[in-house]
Amino acid sequence: MPESLAEIAADFRDSSPQERLQLLLEFSDELPPLPERYAGHLDQLEQVHECQSPLFLVVEVGASPGVAPDDQRVDLFFSAPPEAPTTRGFAGILHEGLDGRTVAEVLGTPDDAPMSFALAEVVSPLRLRGMVAMLSRIKRQTALKSAASATPDAPASTPDASSASRG
Amino acid sequence: MVAVRASLEDMTSSPADQPGATDTTDAKIAAYAHPERLVTTDWLAAQIAAGATGPGTGIVILESDEDVLLYETGHIPTSLKLDWHQDLNDPLTRDYVGAEQFARLMTARGISRDTTVVVYGDKSNWWAAYALWVMSLFGHPDVRLLDGGRAKWVAEGREMTREVPSVPAGGDDAAYPLSARDDAPIRAFKDDVLAHLGKPLVDVRSPGEYSGELLHMPDYPQEGAVRGGHIPGAKSVPWARAAAEDGTFKPRAELEAIYLTEQGLSPDEDVVAYCRIGERSSHTWFVLTHLLGFDNVRNYDGSWTEWGNAVRVPIEK
Repeated sequence: MPESLAEIAADFRDSSPQERLQLLLEFSDELPPLPERYAGHLDQLEQVHECQSPLFLVVEVGASPGVAPDDQRVDLFFSAPPEAPTTRGFAGILHEGLDGRTVAEVLGTPDDAPMSFALAEVVSPLRLRGMVAMLSRIKRQTALKSAASATPDAPASTPDASSASRG
Repeated sequence: MVAVRASLEDMTSSPADQPGATDTTDAKIAAYAHPERLVTTDWLAAQIAAGATGPGTGIVILESDEDVLLYETGHIPTSLKLDWHQDLNDPLTRDYVGAEQFARLMTARGISRDTTVVVYGDKSNWWAAYALWVMSLFGHPDVRLLDGGRAKWVAEGREMTREVPSVPAGGDDAAYPLSARDDAPIRAFKDDVLAHLGKPLVDVRSPGEYSGELLHMPDYPQEGAVRGGHIPGAKSVPWARAAAEDGTFKPRAELEAIYLTEQGLSPDEDVVAYCRIGERSSHTWFVLTHLLGFDNVRNYDGSWTEWGNAVRVPIEK
């Protein structure tokens, strides 16, 4: 698991159940809004149907020259309504832990990473399935877009790929 | 142990706002069969302003949501959280908590047997109605819904807070009494439904779930029913038909037009309502029982996640 995500997991595990809910609320509050190029364009994002509330996400994979595909930067964007704070909190954790990491780090994140936050007992295992589903879609989009950008002649997999400017 | 007793002094200090008093400020509510089961946002705001609410007082407000964190983002002042999944369900058996755990839940929220409990929540009060129904299994005498729930309170720009009220400590004698759960009058199990076939059943799910095209709610996670369809003979009356745009219940005459005139149900008949896990049908159970005065309505909480998976039960498409 990327160190940034592992640190968050440790913070959760070291907290009392009530503190864990507060921590999740902080991640919910701090989830960044969509940048202008996505705001109002949810059709360019993928809906995670396993979440109990509407959650949309999109992954951008960098295309910096001279950087190996596995080392390209991954950026994550989420949209979830304020009345779905649990879903927003899950998204906030994944954003904080995985945004700006490399393709290799994102793809190397274990599928069961959402189980390492000791959240099952405070939000119920049923609700946690939404976070598992988010992670699997992040990894799937990362793999697809990384493969697409590694093949120069291949068309961009989504309309947004070309608009992303990465340094 | 944390326990409190509702203070008699509090309950008698302001006669006009007696906790047990019915909200008579609203003509729509007064027309329902059991107007004492519903309160308006105006009524609740007045009780809060009068200092008549909160743990250990005569009125305890509970928030019960689908989203377990919504309470923490801000809630009605003096309210406490009661989570349908974390608090009301047994962690191992697919069932509700027993008498001891229920008493602990109530005591920890400063509720005694004579407390007026007002429940509100998200999603047009689905989970609030579910919590009210579970409290009714334990026979809590006075439990009501806030008409319109959380959304109406927020839409009216009323005060929300992140402050969690403290629960005053009391002696053991102030604890909520052990109260046996009596399922039979308002809860149906699968065998009860099998014996009920041929009598009125109300399927409150979406039309697609009723017809069998969808195995789960639109935009909701798949919850694993292996077959789609409905219980034979069930009428399709999606729960939302009982709710107005703002999440409040429709007036009695409009509800009668749906359930009595259009669907041909009669208040003296035995009726079973179901959905997917029993939360949306709690909403309809509340409508039929408390707003229209049906005498014998049971909620089948096993609902489609049981019926759609059970061996050798009949279904219709």
